[in-house]
Amino acid sequence: MKVLVAVKRVIDYNVKVRVKSDNTDVDLTNVKMAINPFCEIAVEEAVRLKEQGVASEIVVVSMGPKACQEQIRTALALGADRGIQVETEDKLDSLAVAKLLKAVYDEEKPDLVILGKQAIDSDNNQTGQMFAALTGLPQGTFASEVKVADGKVSVTREIDGGLQTVALNLPAVVTTDLRLNEPRYASLPNIMKAKRKPLDVKTPADLGVEVASSVTLLKVEAPAERSAGIKVGSVDELVEKLKNEAKVI
Amino acid sequence: MSILVLAEHDNASLNAATLAVVSAAKAIGGDVDVLVAGEGCGAVAEQAAQVDGVSKVLVADNAAYGHQLAENLSLLITELGKGYSHILAAASTTGKNVLPRVAALLDVDQISDIIAVESADTFKRPIYAGNAIATVQSSAPVKVITVRGTAFDKAAETGGSASVEQVGAAHDAGTSAFVGEELAKSDRPELAAAGIVVSGGRGMGNGENFEILYSLADKLGAAVGASRAAVDAGFVPNDMQVGQTGKIVAPELYVAVGISGAIQHLAGMKESKIIVAINKDEEAPIFQVADYGLVADLFEAVPELTGKV
Ligand SMILES: Cc1cc2nc3c(=O)[nH]c(=O)nc-3n(C[C@H](O)[C@H](O)[C@H](O)COP(=O)(O)OP(=O)(O)OC[C@H]3O[C@@H](n4cnc5c(N)ncnc54)[C@H](O)[C@@H]3O)c2cc1C
Repeated sequence: MKVLVAVKRVIDYNVKVRVKSDNTDVDLTNVKMAINPFCEIAVEEAVRLKEQGVASEIVVVSMGPKACQEQIRTALALGADRGIQVETEDKLDSLAVAKLLKAVYDEEKPDLVILGKQAIDSDNNQTGQMFAALTGLPQGTFASEVKVADGKVSVTREIDGGLQTVALNLPAVVTTDLRLNEPRYASLPNIMKAKRKPLDVKTPADLGVEVASSVTLLKVEAPAERSAGIKVGSVDELVEKLKNEAKVI
Repeated sequence: MSILVLAEHDNASLNAATLAVVSAAKAIGGDVDVLVAGEGCGAVAEQAAQVDGVSKVLVADNAAYGHQLAENLSLLITELGKGYSHILAAASTTGKNVLPRVAALLDVDQISDIIAVESADTFKRPIYAGNAIATVQSSAPVKVITVRGTAFDKAAETGGSASVEQVGAAHDAGTSAFVGEELAKSDRPELAAAGIVVSGGRGMGNGENFEILYSLADKLGAAVGASRAAVDAGFVPNDMQVGQTGKIVAPELYVAVGISGAIQHLAGMKESKIIVAINKDEEAPIFQVADYGLVADLFEAVPELTGKV
């Protein structure tokens, strides 16, 4: 079975982003970038499926400027077989990414498509579901367990009330949650090997996809900061403050 | 303008998250219709009809919608949604699962997790774990939006007298099936709706130790939450995770116990009115957002606190 994994280049999760002083956007100059953590979990899951003998080939795709080839290489070092970059300098919204991914899907015809549930920059949580809708495929979002058997995939999902399990006909779309797996670290030999794995570059025009968005970013502001509080010296003082000052208990 | 709100429910009762979505809809302006899609969900429709500000309740009662499967529900909402200017749902796991599918079927972008309505086409939403707030304007013919529940007051549960109408064909995509669920059972208030939340982190050490938090929570009438580290370590189930990628809470009082205060955790709780942090490390970043910080060993401080509140 062939697995397609989509990955996004985002700010490193340890970095606290700053807003530009002209409020046009966040400032990403000289900021450390990385593969989106949920996408890394998606790659790891695909690699595990291959190790179990369920998957035979893993194709990893990313949409964005040339720099996102770094994240494709990261995925190749983790165990993906080949990469596809859809190169564009345009700012892509989730629907545009979903359309590009559909075009890649139509060419590659994988049996399973795995994405992260959300990117930690835009925090949208949309692309997997949109892609599933465009292709008419079933979706198992926020997955904490994925089992492939008998032409179906069983997905356990992290939902607000607990866990839900659904059975999906293949081909299907899975989006990952944090508990699905703990990604491995790429070994040095695998990082070297990844440099020689094939990486195809295409453009949205090659794929016949329009990437225009109906959403305009008008302004980006820093959130209201909380004013610094105090340290209390004892539990008694804490109780006193909560009762008489904050009046919340 | 007319707005379609997807009701969040379990076929028996309307979830309070929907009341906040109705408020967001009213802020946009225009008629507010509520769609109750489910199986045997008549009681939910009756409740939705009472909600203040609702014009019409549309009921799609069919086995295909019993478990809110996105493949089926998105087809229904797409069919019904075409005549509306806006389609709204809570930014819950149900809303997040279904609504982007609807947006794609309607060929429009979605705006996720709004925290403010500036006008009928302009909204504010947090990005980068809430470290920036974006103002976005949509030119889409139908605006598909999920709403952060903590950012809007809840519409009154009574005072409305909407008409109730049966709608929609049964859409069964036939590609997915519900297998089962394990729902958390608790007598404590729901995390997203609680007035007080007590959360534990890795510092709790193990699942048994959470008992001291449950005792405190029960004394305060609080819900119990957790950091990702506590969930990953298996101390508590996933539905308790508060944060950027878990639940968003904004109670009157949030007590963070043995939690360091990573940006991803803060994203889920920093809109709380009063924040208390109990941590033995006085350098822990959680103290930078806490109104009251107590540098102490939680195993001593929490039982003492339980005895004194
Ligand atoms: C993609 C992504 C998404 C994430 N999403 C979330 C999310 O939604 N929610 C979330 O919470 N995290 C999330 N995280 C994880 C986050 O980055 C932190 O790792 C996590 O919040 C840390 O949890 P913690 O504070 O419990 O653990 P730690 O950072 O290990 O902190 C434990 C704290 O307990 C204190 N402590 C230990 N023993 C005691 C004691 N006896 N008495 C008092 N204090 C004690 C320590 O001083 C320390 O400050 C995410 C991370 C990533 C990469």
